[in-house]
Amino acid sequence: MAKLLTSIRNTLSRALAPLRATYESLPAPVRRWTMPGLLILFFVIALLSPSFLNLYWQQILIYVGINIILTVSLNLVNGYMGEFSVGHAGFMAVGAYVASILTVWVFPRWGLGEYVPYLFPVALIIGGLAAGLTGLVIAFPSFRTRGDYLAIVTLAWNMIVKSVLENIDAIGGPRGFMGMQKLTSVAWVYVWVVITIYLLRNLVYSNFGRGTLSIREDEIASSLVSVDTRKVKITVFVVAAFFAGIAGGLFAHIIQFINPRSFSILKSTDVLVMVYLGGIGSLGGSILGATVYTVLLESLRPLQVWRWVVGPLMLVLLMIFRPYGIMGMREWRFLVPLEERMETLTALRERVREKRQSVAAPSPVGGSSD
Amino acid sequence: MQTLIQQVLNALQLGSVYALIALGYTMVYGIITLINFAHGDIFMVSTYVAFFVGTALMSQLLHLPGVVVFVLTMLASMFATALLAVLIERFAYKPLRQAPRVSAVITALGVGLFLENFTLATIGPDPRFLPKFFPVQTFTVGGVAFSNVQIIIIAVSAVVMLLLDTIVRRTMVGMAMRAVSWDKFTAPLMGVPVDRIISITFAIGASIAAVGGTLFGMVYTVDPYMGIRIGWWAFISAVVGGIGNIRGAMIGGYILGFVEIFTPVILPASTYRDFVAFSLLLVLLIFRPYGILGRPVAQKV
Repeated sequence: MAKLLTSIRNTLSRALAPLRATYESLPAPVRRWTMPGLLILFFVIALLSPSFLNLYWQQILIYVGINIILTVSLNLVNGYMGEFSVGHAGFMAVGAYVASILTVWVFPRWGLGEYVPYLFPVALIIGGLAAGLTGLVIAFPSFRTRGDYLAIVTLAWNMIVKSVLENIDAIGGPRGFMGMQKLTSVAWVYVWVVITIYLLRNLVYSNFGRGTLSIREDEIASSLVSVDTRKVKITVFVVAAFFAGIAGGLFAHIIQFINPRSFSILKSTDVLVMVYLGGIGSLGGSILGATVYTVLLESLRPLQVWRWVVGPLMLVLLMIFRPYGIMGMREWRFLVPLEERMETLTALRERVREKRQSVAAPSPVGGSSD
Repeated sequence: MQTLIQQVLNALQLGSVYALIALGYTMVYGIITLINFAHGDIFMVSTYVAFFVGTALMSQLLHLPGVVVFVLTMLASMFATALLAVLIERFAYKPLRQAPRVSAVITALGVGLFLENFTLATIGPDPRFLPKFFPVQTFTVGGVAFSNVQIIIIAVSAVVMLLLDTIVRRTMVGMAMRAVSWDKFTAPLMGVPVDRIISITFAIGASIAAVGGTLFGMVYTVDPYMGIRIGWWAFISAVVGGIGNIRGAMIGGYILGFVEIFTPVILPASTYRDFVAFSLLLVLLIFRPYGILGRPVAQKV
């Protein structure tokens, strides 16, 4: 399997080589605007997608997007910080319920009923903030416990959220909550995916992101080199929870019916599978993992119940034969900031070596003569 | 007062099952520090084995007495489940012994989901009942009603737990298990066959879960997803008692049994039981992260 993946990657990179060469030969300003241009182009396509994609494909694209947001944000905790969080669906639930309550009850009650489609992002952000706040619940225990015990804490958190939601009768209890409009569109999901990846990329490559990585490698050592581990942990958990909440809000407004069971530990496991399938510590990996897993499960639909057997089996095989996922610890070039890229580093090293040589080598003309 | 004693009996009955399953979690964790999330589903498989074997043996052709069927069913379930656990260990966990710890935990989650969904796909989602091995008799002593099944569950569990405690503390295998759990790098140097001891631990843990499964099936229904809830509760039991500690798991099991039975007495509805159990777990982890009987592990720098 590993060989297969490697050969696929090699073939791909060979096929893309001319494209890359063309890109390299473009003048700098054009290169500078390629990425934003492509993003805008894709946004326009996403905006127009309802006119040429049927509902089924739109829905699949939306699920892929939501899963990308979930996967990337969980990867921040599990991949970049090296903790093991098993309760991502708990945050998703908070975001989903808060956003739905806002769009179904609060906004109409304030006389804003007709503006709900425009207030959708506000509802999402408030949902995300609420989820982020609950991220603190996990962050504080994480100061004291690590590894397995923290995994248990996150798991307990997921179960508690589900149990609390089941017991609040006002929001439907175990029956669930409905009445949301179908506000999530491909364009909205696309925008949120881009925002999530952009922010998390900047976070990961910031000074702060280095702190996160150092906690993964060795928490004690990183606190010795004055990484404020508590601050880093709080921020990482809150940010991850925020984006999970956003994903929850988007999810609630496409499926238009949520109940506590949709956010059980099974959902969390799904996200885990996507993270580890794509590879830990890699944003590109998470995008791939979420896409591959969602599309794969969808294409296995004819197998009915058996497709739920395939998913876990895949996870087990993956862990045994390729524990770092499709692209664990590697990154797509365009996601790496320019200063961090391999070629920049190589060029830098080259320059340093040249300089050193020019200093070290005695000039052939004016040699010492004593 | 009578209802109280009644509830205590119910709590002991349920707690026994939790304790039996919690033992499997705690033994495996003690020996290879792996949270074996598949254990709850191994328990589920054991009840299905008990269901099929029990139904087959109870058929009118054989005319076996109920007690014999009960014992045979339990033994068959123990054997099949132990075999399953050893196979899982051999093919899913052993290749990962050198990998990062998280990989093994994820694999365990995957194996658990696989067992659930495989059972769902092959056997179907309908709840099933184990056959009645013997007629249920209800005794009333001083206004407290209890059944023979209840007594059997509590007694068999107690015997099995005593037996396990003896095995771990008094036999060579038990000593080897404790040695591996104490220091898995030194134990092989002392001639302990680590791989075999790990397999034996999995087998023992699973067969104890099978005892719990057969007993559980005598009172409750069997369905593919039962392993999730019961498994999680047993897992909390193990953590509450101090994961890795065998006596802790037994105590934890009974505590969780009491939590489940007494939650509806104190709070308005039984639906709060998950909330209470997991909050208990969270609070405990914050104030006493190593459980009731667990020892804090010093982190080596």
